[in-house]
Amino acid sequence: MGALGKPIILMVGMYAFLKFVLPNIPGSAPLPSSLIFLYLLLTASGIVIFETLSGESKDAFWGPIQRFLTGENIGGLQSLRYGVFILFPLLVGWQTYGSTAVSDLPPTESRTIHPAPPGEYTGLSNPVPKTPENIMQGKGFYAAYCSPCHGGNFDGKGPAARGYIPAPANFADPTTIAMLQESYLFWRIKKGGVGLPIEGAPWKSAMPRWEVELPDEWIWKIIMGEYDGAHQSPRTWE
Amino acid sequence: MSAIREVETVQRALRAMRGQERWLLGLLFTAGWFLLPSMGLAAEGTTAGPTEYRDIPYIGSRNLVWIVAQLHLLLAGFVLGVPIFAWLCEVIAWRGGEKRYDKLAKEFTKLLTSAYATTALFGGILLFLLVAFYPKLMNYLTDVFFPSFLLYCLLFLLETATLYLYWYGWDAMQYGRKKTLHVFLGFLLNFFALFIMIVPNAWATFQSSPVVIADGTAFERAWAATWNPTWWPINIHRLIANVVLGGYICGAYAGVRYLSVKSTEDREHYDWMGYVGNFIGVFGLLALPFAGYWLMREIYQYNQQMGITLMGGFLSWLFIIQAMLIGVLFLGSNYYFWLGITYRIPGSEAKYRRAMLMMLISLLLCLAVWMTPHSLVASIEEAQKMGGAHHPLLGVLGVMSAKMTVSNLMILITFMSFVMYWRAGKQDTAGWAKLGKAVMGAVLVLASVAVIVLGIWGYFVPAIVRINYFSTSQVAIVGFVILTITPLTALLLKSAKTTTEMVWGSMPPRAGYALVLNAVMVILLMTLMGYARSSSRVHWHVYGVMRDTSPYAYSPALGSASLIMAFCTFFFCILVAFIFWVATMGDKYKAAGGAGKGELPHGIPAMAGGAPEERQ
Repeated sequence: MGALGKPIILMVGMYAFLKFVLPNIPGSAPLPSSLIFLYLLLTASGIVIFETLSGESKDAFWGPIQRFLTGENIGGLQSLRYGVFILFPLLVGWQTYGSTAVSDLPPTESRTIHPAPPGEYTGLSNPVPKTPENIMQGKGFYAAYCSPCHGGNFDGKGPAARGYIPAPANFADPTTIAMLQESYLFWRIKKGGVGLPIEGAPWKSAMPRWEVELPDEWIWKIIMGEYDGAHQSPRTWE
Repeated sequence: MSAIREVETVQRALRAMRGQERWLLGLLFTAGWFLLPSMGLAAEGTTAGPTEYRDIPYIGSRNLVWIVAQLHLLLAGFVLGVPIFAWLCEVIAWRGGEKRYDKLAKEFTKLLTSAYATTALFGGILLFLLVAFYPKLMNYLTDVFFPSFLLYCLLFLLETATLYLYWYGWDAMQYGRKKTLHVFLGFLLNFFALFIMIVPNAWATFQSSPVVIADGTAFERAWAATWNPTWWPINIHRLIANVVLGGYICGAYAGVRYLSVKSTEDREHYDWMGYVGNFIGVFGLLALPFAGYWLMREIYQYNQQMGITLMGGFLSWLFIIQAMLIGVLFLGSNYYFWLGITYRIPGSEAKYRRAMLMMLISLLLCLAVWMTPHSLVASIEEAQKMGGAHHPLLGVLGVMSAKMTVSNLMILITFMSFVMYWRAGKQDTAGWAKLGKAVMGAVLVLASVAVIVLGIWGYFVPAIVRINYFSTSQVAIVGFVILTITPLTALLLKSAKTTTEMVWGSMPPRAGYALVLNAVMVILLMTLMGYARSSSRVHWHVYGVMRDTSPYAYSPALGSASLIMAFCTFFFCILVAFIFWVATMGDKYKAAGGAGKGELPHGIPAMAGGAPEERQ
């Protein structure tokens, strides 16, 4: 094996870390295979780059591979070579078949969670003055209408949350509502899951269409209450 | 039968032409000849009103315009980027007396001259196609921009005249006051080139972020439309990107020549040229992410819908591909620097191998963060385990605070790669060397820590604070490091003793391939972001002003768009290879006359036998 040993150990170690260690860190979850593949690809690229930085390291790295694949008098490895020559194309074929064959499994999805809002909502600003009373009122409305799913602590862990996949948004997470303008939230609350545009496919949102139950003013107040309760600020340009 | 007659007519016309430009004119003529009849086939519009759109069978008008526009842009980027550093090389030779820089500048300009005609050719084809396929839009744009159309024509005339004088006068204006005049011509060339770039930028950015005034003279309306919110961000972004494109393409040209030349002298020259090309590309690359960030910020501020379409909506996946391409570019550029240390400065490998490993690991970690999407591609089962499309732990890496941080760190690492290359093979003799190095080390460490702290802190402040203050501070910190370490290193090296002389022409073949890879990555990047910028307008010709009512008023899916991008990249590479082949025909003829002199043992090109070390 020689200089090949370390890269192989590194690749196996990285796979084991991503597959078994990282998911078991508190607060974590299993990584999707697309992400594992991405990180392994980076690791492999790093190995190739480092091992080809000099003539010696390149020869030490490629030499055994080249000898194994093309060299003469490799003894017992001869049968392994034929094994690789037969198995590798089969593996590629299997992968190709697996990725193109008709399957009864739902397709892997790349969901656009924050599709662009319709033009009529983009220029809106919150018409309700940001006073403590309005914020308190907004929090009250939130508690009544939103907290069953989005949680009393604005963390997406309301009593009904466990019934939904994907889970309701966690507003305390700095990567959700803190990235958006108030007008965006107004659109999403008002129109709900059924109001998602085409690019929001596969429209996985159980959000009700609140415009049928709540007046606009209440929705604006809920937005203020949400930001305040989640200790986040909306995206602004001033 | 009519097709046969067309072919015969084209052949007769080609035979009638003479001179070096025959193939260019022939191409234009052929394209025009075949396109003209099809335009009339599919005119669309109401029977009462004027024609609004025309189509072309099979490929479709939009795809054809897309391809031609992209090729024109790529060629224009090269043609406008190359004069900048060709002129700088000439100035270095003029002031410093190093003749090899003058030779390099001339070689760059030679590539430029041959690419210039093709750029104009594609510009002409694009104009014909736009007028033919989109008459309503072109009428509207002409109404708005008529004064700047005239200005553009004037600038084009001036640029062409200056380029001819600059190129054909090179040898005649080598010495004394004539050289000063030649350098001034180079300056004028860049001056006109800048305006040739920013005038059409106004037309394109107007389509994305229009400013329309109803009253006023034609000039006032054109000026208001020109000074739209994204005009200057695009101007700066494209200016830097053109330098990057030009640098990497010149590097690729040098890489290919390096792989095929046989004489030691040529090998040394093209090795050095490859180094300069890579350096120019990297130099621009250091500033490019910030220029891109500024552009995106302006787009988002101009219109939330467009900003989200790009950054969070259906085009957001392009930014993951963009991260991958930029990552490969950073890796490729650093790899080339590291190969340079190992091969050009014998004995340096042992000293720097550990540092290179650390830099490589840091770059890969940064790239892993940059490439981690916020919403992950996952199967139903995987999404169930994560509780949605966001990973609970790694999801935080998917937003701008993390991306900005790692892009700044990658810039820092790449800059330090260059500094390491610069210092390799030299021993400090200055009395303050120890202190100087300690200061540089401290600046680097503190800056890196500050960039990371600001990145993490960015999650806990309002978006506007992060965008306006934290991100700009990160860039300022990186700028400070570059502006501190560069002069300090230069001062240190002024009195340093050279322990190992740089050996040019000793790079392995993979260095040449790395240069080609970098160029391909840059071209792919430009085609990718060209699609992103145009698609962000969605179903508008002029955003919010003129709707696209053609059958093509939809955004092509990323998969089909990537086919066009790949085709544009491939075709552009073929085109550039052809142009360079034509440009260097004379050199090969001359070289054939003097073959044998200064040849390597057995005359082995790098591609066939590798570096001297590897041929043993």
